[in-house]
Amino acid sequence: MTYLTRDPIDAAALLAEVAARGHGGISLFVGAVRDHQDGRGVIRLEYSAYEPMAEAECRRIVDEALGRWPVAVALRHRIGELAVGDVAVAVAAGSAHRDEAFAACRYVIEEVKRRVPIWKKEFYADGHVEWVDPTARRPEAPAAALAPGANA
Amino acid sequence: MTSDVSVRVLFFARYAELMGREAVDLMVPAGATVAEVLERVRATLPEAGRLPPRPVCALNLRHVKLDARVAAGDEVALLPPVAGG
Repeated sequence: MTYLTRDPIDAAALLAEVAARGHGGISLFVGAVRDHQDGRGVIRLEYSAYEPMAEAECRRIVDEALGRWPVAVALRHRIGELAVGDVAVAVAAGSAHRDEAFAACRYVIEEVKRRVPIWKKEFYADGHVEWVDPTARRPEAPAAALAPGANA
Repeated sequence: MTSDVSVRVLFFARYAELMGREAVDLMVPAGATVAEVLERVRATLPEAGRLPPRPVCALNLRHVKLDARVAAGDEVALLPPVAGG
């Protein structure tokens, strides 16, 4: 596996992968397991994947980013059982300047969330267990207030 | 005259739980669409009534629309809403 891993993700290793003498801007996104969702306490979760397709889709997303910006990109997504605070996903993008690094990093994480066949089962403090369905989830109030265009 | 071909249909995450299985091998006419494969799944497995009418599908590791056509040995996957990241 290239992009999926069952081991803890080392964000510093991703930074090293995209570092280069000509890269003056390196952007890093780290997604970690949150202790709450929709007002409920989360104690742990499990990520599972359609592994061969997830690998292929990650590869396509990285290739798209490399085609759009002059960047180097590193991407890792963890699967298996994770605890609160564990790193679930990390993206690093390095480029000559920060604009391209930020843009490529943002593109990769958004496309990963939208397209890569990975599923998340949340285990709540109240004993319930649920498959997360982002398409059905109500947006949290603060996030909605910060949505693009909200202040337009 | 068309001949039937074998395809493998995969179920993941919540869909695997609803179906009580992770895969089924089916015979479908050569050139059948993914939608027709889904119809065959529903005709073969009563649990498939619990699946949404138009699930997101992949064919041979790529997202496809339901009018994509399958060939012998293809792998069709039914993908619940993804939740990575």
